[in-house]
Amino acid sequence: MNEAAYLWLIPALPLIGSVIAGLVTLLTSHKEIHHPPKVVGWISSLAVLGSFLITVQGFLALRGLEPANRFLELTLFEWMAIGPLNLNMGFLLDPLSSTMLLFVTGIAFLIHVYSIGYMSHDRGFTRFFAYLNLFTFAMILLVLGDNLIVLFVGWEGVGLCSYLLIGFWHTKTENAVAGMKAFVVNRIGDFGFLLGMFVIFWTLLSQHGTPTFDFRLMQSQAHLIPAGAAALAGILLFVGATGKSAQIPLFVWLPDAMAGPTPVSALIHAATMVTAGVYMVARMNWLYEMTPLPLTIIAIVAALTALMSATIGLTQFDIKKVLAYSTVSQLGYMFLACGVGAYAVGIFHVLTHAFFKALMFLGSGSVIHALHEEQDMRKMGGLFKKIPITGWTFLAGWLAICGIVPFAGFFSKDEILWKAWSSHNELIPWLPKALWVLGFLTAGLTALYMTRLVAMTFFGKSRVEPEKEHHIHESPWTMTLPLVVLAIGSLTVGFLGTPEFLGLGPNRFHAWLEPVFSGELYAVQAPGSRQSIDLAEQRAHGTDSPFVFADGDENATFRTVQDEHGHQATETQTDAHGSVGTDAGTEHGTDAHATPAGTDAHGSVDTHGAAAASHGGAAAHGGGHGEHDTTMEWILMFASLGMAALGIAIGLFLYLRSPATPVSIAAGFGGLYALVRDKYRVDELYDATIIRPLVGISRSFLWKVIDVRVIDFIVNFVGLAAKGTSFIFRFFQSGYVQAYAFVILLGLAVILFRVF
Amino acid sequence: MDSLLSIIVFLPIVVGLLMLLVPKEQFAVFRWGSFLAMLATFFLSLPLLNGFVTSDQMQFVTKLPWIPEFGIDYHVGIDGISLFLVLLTNLLGPLVVLSTFSAVQDKVKQFYVLLLVLQTGMLGAFVSLDLFLFYFFWEVMLIPMYLLIGVWGGQRRIYAAVKFFIYTIVGSLLMLVAILYLYNNGPVDPATGKHTFNVLVLLGANLSAAQQSWLFLAFALAFAIKVPLWPLHTWLPDAHVEAPTAGSVVLAGVLLKMGTYGLIRFAIPLFPDAAVQWQMPILILSVIGIVYGALVAMVQTDVKKLVAYSSVSHLGYCVLGLFSFNLLGASGSVYQMLGHGLSTGALFLLVGVIYERRHTREISAFGGLAQTVPFFTFAFVFTTLSSVGLPGLNGFVGEFLVLLGAFGENRVLGIIAASGVVLGAVYMLWLVRRFLFGPLVHEENKNLPDLNGREWLVLAPIFILMVYMGVQPKPFLSRMEPSLQKAYSRVEQVRARAALEEELPGLFEASSPANAPASSPAGDSSETGEEARTAPAPGEGAEVDTGFDPLSLRMDDQRGQDVDPTDGVFEGVAR
Repeated sequence: MNEAAYLWLIPALPLIGSVIAGLVTLLTSHKEIHHPPKVVGWISSLAVLGSFLITVQGFLALRGLEPANRFLELTLFEWMAIGPLNLNMGFLLDPLSSTMLLFVTGIAFLIHVYSIGYMSHDRGFTRFFAYLNLFTFAMILLVLGDNLIVLFVGWEGVGLCSYLLIGFWHTKTENAVAGMKAFVVNRIGDFGFLLGMFVIFWTLLSQHGTPTFDFRLMQSQAHLIPAGAAALAGILLFVGATGKSAQIPLFVWLPDAMAGPTPVSALIHAATMVTAGVYMVARMNWLYEMTPLPLTIIAIVAALTALMSATIGLTQFDIKKVLAYSTVSQLGYMFLACGVGAYAVGIFHVLTHAFFKALMFLGSGSVIHALHEEQDMRKMGGLFKKIPITGWTFLAGWLAICGIVPFAGFFSKDEILWKAWSSHNELIPWLPKALWVLGFLTAGLTALYMTRLVAMTFFGKSRVEPEKEHHIHESPWTMTLPLVVLAIGSLTVGFLGTPEFLGLGPNRFHAWLEPVFSGELYAVQAPGSRQSIDLAEQRAHGTDSPFVFADGDENATFRTVQDEHGHQATETQTDAHGSVGTDAGTEHGTDAHATPAGTDAHGSVDTHGAAAASHGGAAAHGGGHGEHDTTMEWILMFASLGMAALGIAIGLFLYLRSPATPVSIAAGFGGLYALVRDKYRVDELYDATIIRPLVGISRSFLWKVIDVRVIDFIVNFVGLAAKGTSFIFRFFQSGYVQAYAFVILLGLAVILFRVF
Repeated sequence: MDSLLSIIVFLPIVVGLLMLLVPKEQFAVFRWGSFLAMLATFFLSLPLLNGFVTSDQMQFVTKLPWIPEFGIDYHVGIDGISLFLVLLTNLLGPLVVLSTFSAVQDKVKQFYVLLLVLQTGMLGAFVSLDLFLFYFFWEVMLIPMYLLIGVWGGQRRIYAAVKFFIYTIVGSLLMLVAILYLYNNGPVDPATGKHTFNVLVLLGANLSAAQQSWLFLAFALAFAIKVPLWPLHTWLPDAHVEAPTAGSVVLAGVLLKMGTYGLIRFAIPLFPDAAVQWQMPILILSVIGIVYGALVAMVQTDVKKLVAYSSVSHLGYCVLGLFSFNLLGASGSVYQMLGHGLSTGALFLLVGVIYERRHTREISAFGGLAQTVPFFTFAFVFTTLSSVGLPGLNGFVGEFLVLLGAFGENRVLGIIAASGVVLGAVYMLWLVRRFLFGPLVHEENKNLPDLNGREWLVLAPIFILMVYMGVQPKPFLSRMEPSLQKAYSRVEQVRARAALEEELPGLFEASSPANAPASSPAGDSSETGEEARTAPAPGEGAEVDTGFDPLSLRMDDQRGQDVDPTDGVFEGVAR
């Protein structure tokens, strides 16, 4: 056990900040405030900065540990303990949670600073920071929790803050409704999440394991969970993820969530909270590796969500709505990666997306700020010269999301598409290629709608309303500085995870996360369980992966290799991982002569690994030759670059050179266009099929009929019948309670008299 | 020490009777006198918490002969279940009095006397270990509540009060018959050689299945009405709407728990065969209650009625947990009783606050209150979050444990019940949206005074406890665990026996106890068998022990809190 007592400070600092801001809010709530106390904003920001710095400290401490032992933990207190349940409030910092935490706290800090400028004129300034700090606290709990329940506490906590912040300007009914919608839709997801946890708990209990929600302890007992239960739990947990991370069918709340202040959209509804579902799936990877069904469902849902929301994004005019649908679409990409078993790639996209999408939301906030709350892109245009810092930084975000080399989005998106292409599905053999096609189309659409956004906002002729035109101004430094930092990030973070085949060395991002997804980090003896947990046995159970890669740089391959070589592989695996860069270890698997990572020998290593993999029978497209695989990767990379370029070109042509064309195209599609513009009328569908019937039945049947007519009728009838038939006894049934009391007293008196 | 519990129980009524001597114009005497009496009761009950030793025994027991000819004793004591209900009652007591200082201006003397009598009635019912004494206190509660609704209530107060009375008295009378039957057919007290009302002795009653079934139904009906379990709930919305704020708080906060408490204290342990037999119907009714209560709450137009129906839903969780017959569900249920007492108590207090200012409870008469009364808004939203079971606050722990336990007992019912988590958020947040948010449309709401110091004082302890119970459930759960195990020990035996019978018919006729472990089903219980052997299982208990279902209460042998499963009898401890 690696104790790290300072971990509790990471969530505690924002919580303290939130309490301070909250108290100030309450104490000043009856005063007229002309100048909001900016110091509160700075205190909140510094609290988050503190969390970030401590996270860095934890990250560095992790780097100093052996990969196989790379985690820090802290148990704060025993939370719930009754019967078979033993639940601690504890934290776990490992490569996965530290990666998440670094960008969560880092970006949260930037957005706090940005908000000091953005919210400076708002009456609810301090309240805003109370909520924002509370959100940061909950998000940290979510990521840092060492068991599902602590994760769930954070999960619901961020949902609460999302509710409060969407409805931040609560005097407008629409905002309050949007907040409520977000909470309720998330609750539907949480319903599935809860049931998923229950399934795991009771399965472990009935299999004589140690029932638990602790990540490490659950994983060490994975072999006890039958495939059916694993599939059920995986699907139910994913239902929770569809709520939090806005996937089909529960994505409907996210676009409405844009009613909140723009920094909220950037932090909560783009960079951090909505990616919690991806984090959860990655965290539970061992469960999803057990049976093919859940991942297959995730992959299909994700790809469809990505494509569907991209089409909607193409038809919206509200700048924030476009970004919102873009977020839904990008979340689809992340789940697509997880769905093909490439969790590290999914997390990589979470990271890059956090930078470029937060950047673009904050940029849009700066635009909206400059135009005095104008959000309609039809009333923008030509802003690039007037607000240059916003403009230049926005361009960085645009190129990143379009996937133009060398911006961050290029590396992550390209890798997702490659993983989709090269994966192998046991249930539906042609699925990987179909997923790739959907992702590929989405990439083109993404480039198109983002180019449309940039063109309509920053370039072309100004369509700004004249009275707003001469008020346009660049934002204060508290707002532009975060933009610049995020723009630099959007340009550079992609290099953390450069793919192998480019010849820039092994993928460091994957190597860093490898211990989490290979499971070795989590080897733990279940206290009180009678089985000694045999890693090899557990691993053998974990090989049912639906997606097995033909090439050799993901751990799934390793599992194939290991299957081939049997016991020997299992024995050497830890050593290989322990002493060597994980990727080299992965590919070599069984080999004793593992080459240190990052050497030029890598090409040949690749061949070895791929060759070994192909013997596993997983090679779907004539794999087995490392050179061939690399070629395919190159081809696909240029294909997606071409697709992005095409999307940008079409976008520039349509929205700068020939603005009339899109209108006529839209008219040409007629009803179909209207359907897409109206978001496929999913809201209307839910309203008509679920909400209205439920309210109607509750009101006019359950309440007015069952309660009032049926049950009360019987009650009254009993009363009347008694009254009617028992004429003789009417004196005993007079309805006067005094009389009843008198009789009771009389009875007591008789008893007492008889006794004494 | 021995008489502490009795002092706690009777202090309120003594003060109440003394206040009868004070002239009726002395409002301040009644207000402060009741407040101080309640406060003293609360502080007196803190030593109960300190002195309570975590075990399955009754503690702070006092047993005095009352009517020895009939085997009636004054016999009180608490265990890990009643301890917290007593504390909840005593916590809400002073707060309720404090909340009425400005609301009650009419017949002040009578009001406070009744409130104090009611307090004694509730405390007495929670601590009674003699069925006759229990029934006595049960009826003592009824009359003050009836008068509180009928005299200080709203426009339809008479209808509501009579409905409340009829419902309750029907159940009570059937229970009385059952008590007398049990008295006549139960075992004799070994100490006196007479029939007895002593619950601890009656737990050893050897009743036929048919007898148990009828007796159980009579008890369960009385308690189910009090809970209220669907479809016996229709008195509750009327009673709540018409009752004054203090009445609603006591009703929701404590009185409803009398039903669930009765189930776990009397109905389940006294009649284990019948409890198992009727488990499924009751589970189904409670799940219907959860969903039905939530749906009907959703469409209410009166705030108080909405909260009343939400109680139907929340108390459904309590019954669901109790009849899941595992430790998770049962502890969650007791926790939910406490949590609901706080959250719904606070909700009624807040509704009372706003009613006092506006004299209406129609949701449509409000909207946009957040702009004028930020303190009230904060308090209302906070209470809402507790009510919808936000993790970190009290509501979550109970709800989570109940659902976890219920899911283990019956998957389908567990899933349906869990949908209440969604519906709960719907009706509460919809209320918040219509009540507090949106534009400020009504002129009358523009100058509403915000919460004052006294009102803060009422709410603050509840809020602090909501957070504490959400973050630190352990001290509560660990104290109730042994008592819960004991309460379910006989049910466990019945179920274990039934499970064995199913697998090996004729086992109990054929095999002698000593052979039983060897013939236990080897397939799924190689481990449970080990556990059972390590457990202290003397004599005739052995065959029951080996058959323990792995999903059952007693999985946790490493915690060392084993209760001898054959010893289904509560034992009073002489302290």
